[in-house]
Amino acid sequence: MTRKQRNFYIFPTKNNKFKHQSLDIGREAEITVKLKNNTLILDVTDLKILEALQEDSRQTYMAIGKHLGIAHSTVYDRIKRMEQNGIIKKYTALIDAEKAGTKSITAIMTIYTDPKESERVAEKLCNAPGILEVYTSLSEELLIMAKVVAENQESLHTFIANSVAPLPGVLRIRTSILTKKFKETQFSIVNNPKKLTFIKETHNIKGEK
Amino acid sequence: MNVETISKILRTVPREKAFYFFTSIGNYTGVSASSLKEFMEKINEVNVKSLEFHLYHGDFEKWISEVLEDGELAGEVRKLQKFNLTGDPLRNQLYSSVSRRLKRLVSQSGSTRV
Repeated sequence: MTRKQRNFYIFPTKNNKFKHQSLDIGREAEITVKLKNNTLILDVTDLKILEALQEDSRQTYMAIGKHLGIAHSTVYDRIKRMEQNGIIKKYTALIDAEKAGTKSITAIMTIYTDPKESERVAEKLCNAPGILEVYTSLSEELLIMAKVVAENQESLHTFIANSVAPLPGVLRIRTSILTKKFKETQFSIVNNPKKLTFIKETHNIKGEK
Repeated sequence: MNVETISKILRTVPREKAFYFFTSIGNYTGVSASSLKEFMEKINEVNVKSLEFHLYHGDFEKWISEVLEDGELAGEVRKLQKFNLTGDPLRNQLYSSVSRRLKRLVSQSGSTRV
Protein backbone atom coordinates (compact mmCIF):
# COMPACT_ATOMS: atom_id res chain seq x y z
CA MET A 1 0.00 0.00 0.00
CA THR A 2 1.63 3.23 -1.17
CA ARG A 3 -0.58 5.63 0.62
CA LYS A 4 -2.04 5.48 4.08
CA GLN A 5 -5.75 5.00 4.63
CA ARG A 6 -7.70 5.49 7.81
CA ASN A 7 -11.27 4.33 7.91
CA PHE A 8 -13.68 4.01 10.82
CA TYR A 9 -16.64 1.74 10.34
CA ILE A 10 -19.42 2.14 12.83
CA PHE A 11 -22.40 -0.15 12.98
CA PRO A 12 -25.21 -0.94 15.39
CA THR A 13 -24.75 -3.89 17.72
CA LYS A 14 -27.51 -6.08 19.12
CA ASN A 15 -28.28 -3.61 21.85
CA ASN A 16 -28.49 -0.81 19.29
CA LYS A 17 -25.24 0.75 20.41
CA PHE A 18 -22.34 1.32 18.13
CA LYS A 19 -19.14 -0.50 18.08
CA HIS A 20 -15.88 0.32 16.40
CA GLN A 21 -15.27 -2.49 13.94
CA SER A 22 -12.01 -1.74 12.22
CA LEU A 23 -9.30 0.81 11.91
CA ASP A 24 -7.02 0.84 8.93
CA ILE A 25 -4.11 3.07 8.18
CA GLY A 26 -5.46 5.65 5.79
CA ARG A 27 -4.69 8.81 3.91
CA GLU A 28 -4.08 11.69 6.26
CA ALA A 29 -6.26 13.98 4.17
CA GLU A 30 -9.26 11.68 3.90
CA ILE A 31 -10.33 10.59 7.31
CA THR A 32 -13.69 8.98 6.76
CA VAL A 33 -16.39 7.91 9.13
CA LYS A 34 -18.91 5.55 7.57
CA LEU A 35 -22.16 4.39 9.00
CA LYS A 36 -23.16 1.01 7.67
CA ASN A 37 -26.65 0.85 6.14
CA ASN A 38 -26.70 4.62 6.01
CA THR A 39 -25.55 7.20 3.55
CA LEU A 40 -23.79 9.42 6.04
CA ILE A 41 -20.09 9.83 5.47
CA LEU A 42 -18.07 12.42 7.34
CA ASP A 43 -14.85 13.52 5.75
CA VAL A 44 -12.17 15.87 6.88
CA THR A 45 -14.06 18.90 5.56
CA ASP A 46 -17.09 17.98 7.66
CA LEU A 47 -14.87 17.64 10.69
CA LYS A 48 -13.32 21.03 10.04
CA ILE A 49 -16.78 22.56 9.74
CA LEU A 50 -17.78 20.95 13.03
CA GLU A 51 -14.63 22.26 14.64
CA ALA A 52 -15.39 25.76 13.35
CA LEU A 53 -18.94 25.55 14.69
CA GLN A 54 -17.71 24.41 18.06
CA GLU A 55 -15.45 27.45 18.15
CA ASP A 56 -18.33 29.77 17.28
CA SER A 57 -21.65 28.45 16.11
CA ARG A 58 -22.89 31.93 15.22
CA GLN A 59 -20.37 32.51 12.45
CA THR A 60 -21.79 32.64 8.94
CA TYR A 61 -21.48 30.00 6.25
CA MET A 62 -19.47 32.59 4.34
CA ALA A 63 -17.00 33.02 7.20
CA ILE A 64 -16.56 29.29 7.67
CA GLY A 65 -16.15 28.79 3.93
CA LYS A 66 -13.58 31.56 3.72
CA HIS A 67 -11.66 30.13 6.65
CA LEU A 68 -11.63 26.64 5.14
CA GLY A 69 -11.19 27.73 1.53
CA ILE A 70 -14.48 26.27 0.33
CA ALA A 71 -17.72 27.71 -1.04
CA HIS A 72 -20.31 28.87 1.46
CA SER A 73 -22.89 26.74 -0.35
CA THR A 74 -20.76 23.70 0.43
CA VAL A 75 -20.67 24.70 4.08
CA TYR A 76 -24.45 25.14 4.05
CA ASP A 77 -25.09 21.77 2.41
CA ARG A 78 -22.80 19.91 4.78
CA ILE A 79 -24.19 21.56 7.88
CA LYS A 80 -27.75 20.78 6.79
CA ARG A 81 -26.82 17.18 6.14
CA MET A 82 -25.16 16.85 9.54
CA GLU A 83 -28.18 18.44 11.20
CA GLN A 84 -30.53 16.02 9.45
CA ASN A 85 -28.42 13.06 10.54
CA GLY A 86 -28.24 14.18 14.13
CA ILE A 87 -24.50 14.83 14.10
CA ILE A 88 -25.28 18.45 14.97
CA LYS A 89 -27.89 18.12 17.68
CA LYS A 90 -28.60 21.74 18.49
CA TYR A 91 -27.15 25.21 18.78
CA THR A 92 -27.10 26.59 22.27
CA ALA A 93 -25.46 29.23 24.46
CA LEU A 94 -22.90 28.66 27.17
CA ILE A 95 -23.96 30.76 30.12
CA ASP A 96 -21.84 31.83 33.05
CA ALA A 97 -24.40 31.19 35.78
CA GLU A 98 -22.41 33.14 38.34
CA LYS A 99 -22.26 36.26 36.20
CA ALA A 100 -25.93 35.82 35.37
CA GLY A 101 -26.61 36.13 39.09
CA THR A 102 -27.84 32.58 39.57
CA LYS A 103 -26.92 31.35 43.00
CA SER A 104 -26.55 27.61 43.03
CA ILE A 105 -24.28 24.80 44.08
CA THR A 106 -23.14 21.89 41.99
CA ALA A 107 -22.34 18.46 43.35
CA ILE A 108 -21.25 15.08 42.10
CA MET A 109 -23.16 12.13 43.50
CA THR A 110 -21.62 8.68 43.50
CA ILE A 111 -24.47 6.23 43.88
CA TYR A 112 -23.74 2.62 44.76
CA THR A 113 -26.48 0.42 43.38
CA ASP A 114 -27.74 -3.10 43.19
CA PRO A 115 -26.57 -4.18 39.71
CA LYS A 116 -30.06 -5.43 38.86
CA GLU A 117 -31.55 -2.01 39.50
CA SER A 118 -28.81 0.28 38.23
CA GLU A 119 -30.37 0.94 34.80
CA ARG A 120 -33.67 1.88 36.39
CA VAL A 121 -31.95 4.12 38.92
CA ALA A 122 -30.04 5.89 36.14
CA GLU A 123 -33.21 6.36 34.11
CA LYS A 124 -35.08 7.79 37.09
CA LEU A 125 -32.23 10.19 37.74
CA CYS A 126 -32.31 11.37 34.14
CA ASN A 127 -35.88 12.53 34.67
CA ALA A 128 -35.22 14.33 37.93
CA PRO A 129 -35.04 18.12 37.88
CA GLY A 130 -31.63 19.47 38.77
CA ILE A 131 -29.74 16.50 37.41
CA LEU A 132 -27.34 17.69 34.73
CA GLU A 133 -25.47 14.54 33.78
CA VAL A 134 -25.77 10.84 34.55
CA TYR A 135 -23.15 8.16 33.93
CA THR A 136 -22.55 4.58 34.91
CA SER A 137 -19.07 3.50 35.88
CA LEU A 138 -17.33 0.19 36.02
CA SER A 139 -15.32 -0.40 39.15
CA GLU A 140 -15.35 -2.96 41.93
CA GLU A 141 -18.97 -2.03 42.52
CA LEU A 142 -21.45 -0.75 39.99
CA LEU A 143 -21.66 2.98 40.35
CA ILE A 144 -23.78 5.73 38.97
CA MET A 145 -22.19 9.15 38.83
CA ALA A 146 -24.50 12.11 38.54
CA LYS A 147 -23.95 15.83 38.45
CA VAL A 148 -26.62 17.78 40.25
CA VAL A 149 -27.33 21.44 40.75
CA ALA A 150 -29.32 22.84 43.66
CA GLU A 151 -30.15 26.19 45.14
CA ASN A 152 -28.20 25.54 48.34
CA GLN A 153 -26.97 22.73 50.59
CA GLU A 154 -30.36 22.33 52.25
CA SER A 155 -32.20 21.85 48.99
CA LEU A 156 -29.47 19.50 47.79
CA HIS A 157 -29.88 17.38 50.89
CA THR A 158 -33.67 17.41 50.62
CA PHE A 159 -33.49 16.33 47.01
CA ILE A 160 -31.09 13.46 47.71
CA ALA A 161 -32.93 12.31 50.83
CA ASN A 162 -36.40 12.49 49.26
CA SER A 163 -35.77 11.63 45.64
CA VAL A 164 -32.56 9.61 45.32
CA ALA A 165 -32.06 7.54 48.49
CA PRO A 166 -35.61 6.05 48.30
CA LEU A 167 -35.11 4.73 44.76
CA PRO A 168 -35.20 0.91 44.79
CA GLY A 169 -31.69 -0.47 44.35
CA VAL A 170 -29.81 2.48 45.86
CA LEU A 171 -27.37 1.03 48.40
CA ARG A 172 -25.59 4.18 49.52
CA ILE A 173 -24.58 7.59 48.24
CA ARG A 174 -21.48 9.72 48.47
CA THR A 175 -21.80 13.35 47.48
CA SER A 176 -19.09 15.91 46.85
CA ILE A 177 -20.01 19.55 46.56
CA LEU A 178 -17.88 21.27 43.95
CA THR A 179 -16.15 24.37 45.26
CA LYS A 180 -14.02 25.77 42.45
CA LYS A 181 -13.99 25.23 38.74
CA PHE A 182 -10.56 25.15 37.15
CA LYS A 183 -11.57 24.14 33.66
CA GLU A 184 -14.67 23.40 31.66
CA THR A 185 -14.66 22.76 27.98
CA GLN A 186 -16.64 20.88 25.40
CA PHE A 187 -15.18 17.99 23.50
CA SER A 188 -13.52 19.56 20.49
CA ILE A 189 -13.41 18.02 17.07
CA VAL A 190 -9.98 18.37 15.60
CA ASN A 191 -8.36 16.79 12.62
CA ASN A 192 -7.01 13.95 14.67
CA PRO A 193 -8.19 10.44 13.94
CA LYS A 194 -7.62 9.37 17.52
CA LYS A 195 -10.39 11.72 18.56
CA LEU A 196 -12.90 10.41 16.05
CA THR A 197 -13.97 7.67 18.39
CA PHE A 198 -16.31 10.16 20.06
CA ILE A 199 -18.69 9.73 17.14
CA LYS A 200 -19.48 6.13 17.93
CA GLU A 201 -20.31 7.11 21.48
CA THR A 202 -22.42 10.18 20.88
CA HIS A 203 -24.88 9.22 18.20
CA ASN A 204 -26.31 6.38 16.25
CA ILE A 205 -27.53 6.41 12.68
CA LYS A 206 -30.86 7.91 13.69
CA GLY A 207 -29.07 10.65 15.56
CA GLU A 208 -30.35 9.40 18.88
CA LYS A 209 -28.18 9.53 21.92
CA MET B 1 -54.55 8.65 73.06
CA ASN B 2 -56.92 6.42 71.12
CA VAL B 3 -56.03 3.14 69.45
CA GLU B 4 -56.32 4.61 66.00
CA THR B 5 -53.74 7.31 66.72
CA ILE B 6 -51.39 4.77 68.27
CA SER B 7 -51.74 2.46 65.28
CA LYS B 8 -50.89 5.33 62.99
CA ILE B 9 -47.69 6.07 64.89
CA LEU B 10 -46.72 2.41 64.93
CA ARG B 11 -47.50 1.71 61.27
CA THR B 12 -44.96 0.87 58.58
CA VAL B 13 -44.69 3.72 56.10
CA PRO B 14 -43.96 3.36 52.36
CA ARG B 15 -40.32 3.57 51.28
CA GLU B 16 -40.66 7.14 50.00
CA LYS B 17 -41.70 8.18 53.51
CA ALA B 18 -39.02 6.14 55.32
CA PHE B 19 -36.20 7.73 57.28
CA TYR B 20 -32.86 7.59 55.44
CA PHE B 21 -29.76 7.92 57.57
CA PHE B 22 -27.06 10.24 56.24
CA THR B 23 -23.72 11.10 57.84
CA SER B 24 -23.62 14.55 56.24
CA ILE B 25 -25.29 16.40 53.40
CA GLY B 26 -25.72 14.02 50.48
CA ASN B 27 -23.95 11.10 52.10
CA TYR B 28 -26.42 8.28 52.56
CA THR B 29 -25.31 5.35 54.73
CA GLY B 30 -27.60 2.75 53.17
CA VAL B 31 -29.54 2.43 56.43
CA SER B 32 -33.22 3.32 56.53
CA ALA B 33 -36.22 2.84 58.80
CA SER B 34 -39.87 2.47 57.82
CA SER B 35 -41.45 2.35 61.27
CA LEU B 36 -40.84 3.52 64.82
CA LYS B 37 -39.74 0.03 65.81
CA GLU B 38 -37.27 -0.16 62.94
CA PHE B 39 -36.10 3.36 63.71
CA MET B 40 -35.30 2.30 67.28
CA GLU B 41 -33.35 -0.73 66.04
CA LYS B 42 -31.37 1.29 63.53
CA ILE B 43 -30.31 3.79 66.20
CA ASN B 44 -28.11 1.05 67.60
CA GLU B 45 -26.71 0.01 64.21
CA VAL B 46 -25.98 3.19 62.33
CA ASN B 47 -22.76 5.20 62.49
CA VAL B 48 -23.04 7.60 65.42
CA LYS B 49 -22.02 10.45 63.13
CA SER B 50 -25.34 9.96 61.42
CA LEU B 51 -27.20 10.37 64.71
CA GLU B 52 -25.28 13.56 65.43
CA PHE B 53 -25.95 14.90 61.95
CA HIS B 54 -29.70 14.27 62.04
CA LEU B 55 -30.31 15.30 65.63
CA TYR B 56 -28.73 18.73 65.22
CA HIS B 57 -30.14 19.11 61.72
CA GLY B 58 -33.64 18.63 63.14
CA ASP B 59 -34.38 15.67 60.87
CA PHE B 60 -35.44 13.20 63.59
CA GLU B 61 -38.05 15.45 65.13
CA LYS B 62 -39.29 16.44 61.69
CA TRP B 63 -39.78 12.82 60.55
CA ILE B 64 -41.32 11.72 63.82
CA SER B 65 -43.65 14.69 63.80
CA GLU B 66 -44.60 14.87 60.12
CA VAL B 67 -44.45 11.24 59.00
CA LEU B 68 -45.18 9.21 62.14
CA GLU B 69 -47.28 12.06 63.52
CA ASP B 70 -46.08 11.59 67.08
CA GLY B 71 -45.76 15.09 68.44
CA GLU B 72 -44.86 13.93 71.94
CA LEU B 73 -41.83 11.92 70.88
CA ALA B 74 -40.81 14.65 68.43
CA GLY B 75 -40.77 17.10 71.34
CA GLU B 76 -38.71 14.75 73.48
CA VAL B 77 -36.15 14.27 70.71
CA ARG B 78 -35.97 18.00 70.14
CA LYS B 79 -35.09 18.48 73.82
CA LEU B 80 -32.07 16.22 73.40
CA GLN B 81 -30.45 18.90 71.26
CA LYS B 82 -30.06 21.09 74.33
CA PHE B 83 -27.70 18.62 76.00
CA ASN B 84 -25.13 18.86 73.19
CA LEU B 85 -24.62 15.11 73.33
CA THR B 86 -22.33 13.33 70.88
CA GLY B 87 -21.06 9.80 70.37
CA ASP B 88 -22.39 6.90 72.43
CA PRO B 89 -24.05 9.06 75.11
CA LEU B 90 -26.19 10.51 72.33
CA ARG B 91 -26.93 7.07 70.93
CA ASN B 92 -27.92 5.76 74.36
CA GLN B 93 -30.09 8.71 75.19
CA LEU B 94 -31.87 8.66 71.85
CA TYR B 95 -32.41 4.91 72.03
CA SER B 96 -33.72 5.25 75.52
CA SER B 97 -36.23 7.95 74.55
CA VAL B 98 -37.51 6.08 71.51
CA SER B 99 -37.69 2.66 73.18
CA ARG B 100 -39.52 4.07 76.20
CA ARG B 101 -42.05 5.74 73.96
CA LEU B 102 -42.47 2.63 71.85
CA LYS B 103 -43.09 0.43 74.87
CA ARG B 104 -45.69 2.83 76.18
CA LEU B 105 -47.52 3.00 72.85
CA VAL B 106 -47.47 -0.75 72.45
CA SER B 107 -48.75 -1.36 75.94
CA GLN B 108 -51.53 1.19 75.37
CA SER B 109 -52.59 -0.43 72.14
CA GLY B 110 -52.39 -3.92 73.57
CA SER B 111 -50.16 -4.91 70.73
CA THR B 112 -47.51 -7.58 71.06
CA ARG B 113 -45.32 -6.38 68.21
CA VAL B 114 -42.33 -5.36 70.37
